[in-house]
Amino acid sequence: MIDYIQEIFSTLRQNKLRAIMTGFSVAWGIFMLIILLGSGKGLENGMEFNFRNTSKNALWIWSRRTQVAHDGLKAGRRINFTVADGDILKRKFEDDMDNFSGRFHLWGDYAVTYKNEYGDFRIEGIMPEFKKIQLVDMLQGRYINEFDIKQFRKSIIISEPVQKHLFKDEEEKPIGKYIRVNGVPFMVVGTFLDPEDKDKKQLYMPLTTTQRIFNGNNRLTEMAISTNATTVAENKRIEDEVRDLLIERHRVAPDDKQAIGIWNTLENFKQAQGVFAGIRMFVWVIGIMTIIAGIVGVSNIMIILVKERTKEIGIRKAIGASPFSIIRLVLSESVLITALAGLMGLIAGMGLLAGVSAILQQVAVENQDVQRAFFNPSADFNVALSALVILVTAGLIAGYIPARKAAAIRPIEALHDE
Amino acid sequence: MQSFYPLETITIKEKVIMSQSIIRVNQLHKSYVTGSNSLHVLKGLDIDIKEGEMVSIMGSSGSGKSTLLNILGILDNYDQGEYYLNDILIQKMSERKAAAFRNKYIGFIFQSFNLISFKNAMENVALPLYYKGVSRKKRNAKALELLDRLGLKDWWNHLPSELSGGQKQRIAIARSLISEPKVILADEPTGALDTQTSYEVLEILKEVNSTGITVIIVTHENDIANMTQRIIRLKDGIIESNHTNVPLADKSSHAIYVNP
Ligand SMILES: Nc1ncnc2c1ncn2[C@@H]1O[C@H](COP(=O)(O)OP(=O)(O)OP(=O)(O)O)[C@@H](O)[C@H]1O
Ligand SMILES: [Mg+2]
Repeated sequence: MIDYIQEIFSTLRQNKLRAIMTGFSVAWGIFMLIILLGSGKGLENGMEFNFRNTSKNALWIWSRRTQVAHDGLKAGRRINFTVADGDILKRKFEDDMDNFSGRFHLWGDYAVTYKNEYGDFRIEGIMPEFKKIQLVDMLQGRYINEFDIKQFRKSIIISEPVQKHLFKDEEEKPIGKYIRVNGVPFMVVGTFLDPEDKDKKQLYMPLTTTQRIFNGNNRLTEMAISTNATTVAENKRIEDEVRDLLIERHRVAPDDKQAIGIWNTLENFKQAQGVFAGIRMFVWVIGIMTIIAGIVGVSNIMIILVKERTKEIGIRKAIGASPFSIIRLVLSESVLITALAGLMGLIAGMGLLAGVSAILQQVAVENQDVQRAFFNPSADFNVALSALVILVTAGLIAGYIPARKAAAIRPIEALHDE
Repeated sequence: MQSFYPLETITIKEKVIMSQSIIRVNQLHKSYVTGSNSLHVLKGLDIDIKEGEMVSIMGSSGSGKSTLLNILGILDNYDQGEYYLNDILIQKMSERKAAAFRNKYIGFIFQSFNLISFKNAMENVALPLYYKGVSRKKRNAKALELLDRLGLKDWWNHLPSELSGGQKQRIAIARSLISEPKVILADEPTGALDTQTSYEVLEILKEVNSTGITVIIVTHENDIANMTQRIIRLKDGIIESNHTNVPLADKSSHAIYVNP
């Protein structure tokens, strides 16, 4: 085996420059394929990043004014969800739902103060289950819990930017401190970071407390559901049934798309994923085309090489080389050139991706938008493996015709003295 | 026991006298077909060469000497007749089989040496053993030993381009010998060499022959042919004459019997 490899190398060394030139086209093909695939992955990662803070099969439900008259009611009627809507949804969709949270969104920004610090932030009343629908990273303390809800506690959790804004003394621990929202003191029980938007200034408090203090009565401005659907179709079905139920309860015309809105993340996620699957396939097609061009190049050069080496091959045959050993010689050279060159292209491509990825990650620390568009472009192990398989196959294909030609060389003609 | 001893001597003698044919050709015909033309080159040859003989083949240019040698070396097919190599009928066969036969029975020496330009002397000599599946270490050792015997020990790592014609031909001879063939086929082995070197090469071939290997040389030169035991002359595709070289036969025939 070592012997056989040495035999190949000794002939390859003979044509070093040519081998390099030939290999370049293959290396280039693989390099491009890796770069393209990596970029596609980067775009995809950016997209997934956008969905990162939401449960991937969530339904976000909101209400507006009706657009059309229906059931004896005038158009322009404001639809308001109540806690009862939530209860009914929870009961009717027990089998389809993982989590449900009613939401009470305070319109506009509310003044929040701590000692002498002051700011206007977004405030929302939620239920503990909301944690599983709108994902956040807890930094300190805890999330809103059942007791907060049941006992109408004045607990509040704040995002890191809010904490930085209010607690100017970085040493100061926010947990257990009281901040005032519209003059009402709330105790900070936790701090968090929204992974999607690290600059988001947001406060969450118990739904019940919010309703009571801000005159919400039993109103819900929005509802959020995470379903146990695994397919788009399933999630779509749940969405439709939820819509039907709410439309009936609130006497909305079935074709009134404005009155009750539902944002189906799974559907949108899958749609985006579909686009990226398309991109990925497109990239493979282009990459493989490039590699085919490389194969043709290698094949061409190998044919010339075999022609030039007619005499040598004739000698080998005269002294006892079987046609198979000649085929093996040519094929091995071809595979070796393509595999080696391809490997270099692979490493160069992966290296470039890793470099870009590292730079992007640094930029992302300061500017989140980068992360959202293009993030961690990389070709994973499977891609590398596929590329390798393609390479070896490419080498075999490239070497096939020249090898056949070489095996067909007749020693008497090859050795004929001119 | 005593009666056994003379008997054994007799069997050896018999073997010598009736020495076996290594190459036997009956009514061999060969035509080259190019397009619509057919050129009848060999027109019914009968040749019988015994094991251990040293034979030269002569004839004018185009008389079919190389054609014959190619057929004997299983590099080419014949159209009609029979060819037995070591009593095996050589017919149209697969390339793989032909290669195996060549590797086992035949060593080639060419006018233009036909060494592989990017391999050094030792590697060139060792190459036939690579195709026999002999390990690198073993075949290189054997190649060096052969080079030593041919006085080229110090040149083992030189490329063919760094060697003289005589040296190259000696390397080619070493290469033809390494797989221990039964027959050496040499197509004008001295054709590219000066007289002095030609004689040296022929001396080596005679020495090779003296170890029992059959040597068949195609040559244009009478003095070279006269150094062999038998001369076969071809003319227009038939054998013109086939006679034993009396003066030289004595000396070299002796050598065969000494070392079968
Ligand atoms: N491959 C071939 N195809 C067609 N014709 C050939 C081929 N090889 C040889 N011939 C023809 O066959 C005839 C015999 O050729 P060959 O090479 O056997 O002669 P030769 O006796 O070896 O001559 P020389 O002494 O010049 O080497 C020549 O006329 C030659 O042109
Ligand atoms: Mg000739």
